[in-house]
Amino acid sequence: MNEKNPPLNIQEAPTGFALTIHNWKKSLKTLTPYLMFIGVTLWIGSYYLLVEGWQLPRFNKLPGPVEVITEWTSRDPDWGISMFSPIYYEHIIVSCRRIAIAFAIATCVGVPLGLFMGWSKIFRDYSFPILETLRPIPILAWVPLAILMFSGFETPVIFLATLASLFVTTLNTLLGVDSIDEEYFRAAKCLGSKPHHIFWHIVIPGSLPFIFTGLQISIGVAWFSLVAAEMVSGEFGLGYMIMDSYMNITYVTMVIGMLTLGFVGWVSSAIVRLAGNRMMQWRVRALALEGR
Amino acid sequence: MTNAVQSESIISAPRKKSNLEKLIRNKSLWRGIVALIGAVIFWEICSQSKIWFGVEIPWIGKVPPPSEVLEAWKKIFYYSGYWESWYLSTARVFAGFIIAMLLGIPFGLMLAVNRYFRDVFFPPFEILRPIPPLAWVPASIIFWPTTEMSIAFVTFLGAFFTIVINVLGGARNIDVQYLRAAQSMGAKQWDLFWKVVLPGTLPSIWTGAAVGMGITWEVVLASEMISGGGQQGGGGLGFFIWSSYMGGTVAQVIVGMISIGIAGYLSSSLIRYIGVISMPWRRLF
Amino acid sequence: MNGQMNSLGAISIRNVTKIYDPEGVNVMAVDDCSLEIASGEVCMIVGPSGCGKTTLLNAIAGFHSITEGEIYLDDKLLCGPSKPKADQGADRMVVFQHGALFPWKTLVENVAYGPIVQGVMSKAEAHEKAEHMLAEAGIEDVANKYPGEVSSGMARRSEIVRALINDPKVLLLDEPYRAMDALTKSIMHESLLEVYDRTKVTIFFITHDLEEAIFLGDKVVVMTTRPATLKKTVDVKISRPRDYQTLTTEEFRVLVEETKDAVHEEAKKAFDAGEREMA
Repeated sequence: MNEKNPPLNIQEAPTGFALTIHNWKKSLKTLTPYLMFIGVTLWIGSYYLLVEGWQLPRFNKLPGPVEVITEWTSRDPDWGISMFSPIYYEHIIVSCRRIAIAFAIATCVGVPLGLFMGWSKIFRDYSFPILETLRPIPILAWVPLAILMFSGFETPVIFLATLASLFVTTLNTLLGVDSIDEEYFRAAKCLGSKPHHIFWHIVIPGSLPFIFTGLQISIGVAWFSLVAAEMVSGEFGLGYMIMDSYMNITYVTMVIGMLTLGFVGWVSSAIVRLAGNRMMQWRVRALALEGR
Repeated sequence: MTNAVQSESIISAPRKKSNLEKLIRNKSLWRGIVALIGAVIFWEICSQSKIWFGVEIPWIGKVPPPSEVLEAWKKIFYYSGYWESWYLSTARVFAGFIIAMLLGIPFGLMLAVNRYFRDVFFPPFEILRPIPPLAWVPASIIFWPTTEMSIAFVTFLGAFFTIVINVLGGARNIDVQYLRAAQSMGAKQWDLFWKVVLPGTLPSIWTGAAVGMGITWEVVLASEMISGGGQQGGGGLGFFIWSSYMGGTVAQVIVGMISIGIAGYLSSSLIRYIGVISMPWRRLF
Repeated sequence: MNGQMNSLGAISIRNVTKIYDPEGVNVMAVDDCSLEIASGEVCMIVGPSGCGKTTLLNAIAGFHSITEGEIYLDDKLLCGPSKPKADQGADRMVVFQHGALFPWKTLVENVAYGPIVQGVMSKAEAHEKAEHMLAEAGIEDVANKYPGEVSSGMARRSEIVRALINDPKVLLLDEPYRAMDALTKSIMHESLLEVYDRTKVTIFFITHDLEEAIFLGDKVVVMTTRPATLKKTVDVKISRPRDYQTLTTEEFRVLVEETKDAVHEEAKKAFDAGEREMA
């Protein structure tokens, strides 16, 4: 009997948050977190050496970690952006707001669309070719058209992010419906379900795993498109901030912008993942018992 | 005995339907064609709505109609700059993509195979991954001497992260039974890698490649639009679209959009095709 | 509230033939099969995998159509020339090979599902009855867990409860214990026998395991490899209630002796044909 990992009695298996804490505690006993720390230090360390320490050619044009962190945390930043300047948060909020709108629209349209396409073959036959014809066109190729069609700055930017998200969400939802084992449909019909029962009790829960994978990808794609759109034609926002500081040769701000973007992107993705886990408790628990 | 069973189970087979016949009888295909034609007609009507009906339909009304686009395309067809921009964009895409594959596959496999390597190198990787490739463009332009190289770098980044993640996932999902079976047959570490891990990861490599290819196109396009293409002749399809827009020839913009769509689709198909050929054991499913 | 509810459930399969058409090449799965199953009888179908047994079950359940012949349930036509595919319904409940409990519902919710969607009971009533029936089957401890969290034995038992709560006329079981080890299987057998003794529901059970067939059934039908037809029918006259002691009695061994040659012959033919099992 392995004393370090006594077998879990099914009644006592931790669920939800307790499960997360349990996993963290387990990992602290291994070498892993210490190596991770080494890895991150190595990376920041080499970044520092290359740019500020040894000042290698090419690299010395970039701002180094010390410079970036000093600027980021200073109360009176040389170039206007730091953790203490309100305009920094304005940029963040503007970008986040756009993402929220784009993501919300894309999800509210894409998920039902995908579900319906999976549900009705006739509808899919008509709509799938149109989807597949438009999908290969990169989102940025739509920029001029978006500017033409919609007035102002906000709408085109949000449109582009929404479009990108929409394709991903719809496709993944569709795949989700397809992935449901035929036997569940048969069992449901045997049990006397009417079509609307099947839709609510089989199709929707059955495609949830794929839908949430799709949503995670789609939020990443939304950020990608948003940044691109902001860089090309925005007024506020993190993408704009990066472009602007590049134009003004204030590179430190540029790096701050990039790191912030990465962080915010990661947080939004994590939120989607957590929401997914909440809605799919059955999966989380089953995977936990497998030791994952 | 075997033959008797087989001939009993197949009634003197009536003619197998030819592929062409199956195609013609395929209802889905016809519905699809109808839908596409319908969409184009709808587009034409909406775009021409101002001229035909006097009322402009919002949004789509401002878009040039298909008929104009067709005209523009006929003109462009003979302009060598157009085809040069095809060539330029495609070259950039494949350059960045191939480097991403060459670096990404080994990196991903190392991450999968060696847990110390993973513990050290995965965190920085994961921290950098959420940063959209385009956010790297300005930094890239500062760092690399030529525009070409800066575009290639950003393109590489775009595909690299995707490929590594897919390779990592695929390699880790290989059933440990296969490794054990090989070991019990006397395989050494090297054999294990080449004969089990690599083929087992191939499906994920190609999935990652296909997705990465899509991202590459996006990034190339964006870089071309932002950094001006860097060439006189055409500057790539992104530059083509942007300058058409600046020049006010919107129908050309749409030609550019469709061209990129086609180019992207062809490159993805190529990847998928290579994938299918390299994995003959998957065809049976 | 017991077996008298199921005084019906007699199935009559007459000259049924089924021809599939995958890829444009006709494959005959079932060839002129005729079989009578009395009400309340346990009919076991034995044969090599992929020989067409599942096709018959699918035809009765209404998942597939038949090409020729007719199937009657209590003298009402299920499917025939005028109606190639039977309607699916709760009077013929199926328990699937790989288990089809909805993973996103708890065991109780799964069991209660049938009566709720049929409108026969309210949600509260259905849940109450579901809990009661699960307790009868010995599963009350984990009734509020998801199928992914419980053992396969408990899951399969729950699936049978899910079928039975709808008072079906016929219970169709498609190799339900195929994926289980012998020990779990023996517990499952006893559980099924106990359920049958209580409800006397007609059972149509497909298996490749001859001993399982003779142990559980009233009638054992051996089928040939593709195309499937009846090879041999044996009546199992061992008295009920049965338990695992039955496996070592003289009666049992005699019956195995009678049938095993037929089964083995078909198994060998199937192996030689080397065809991939049609799932």
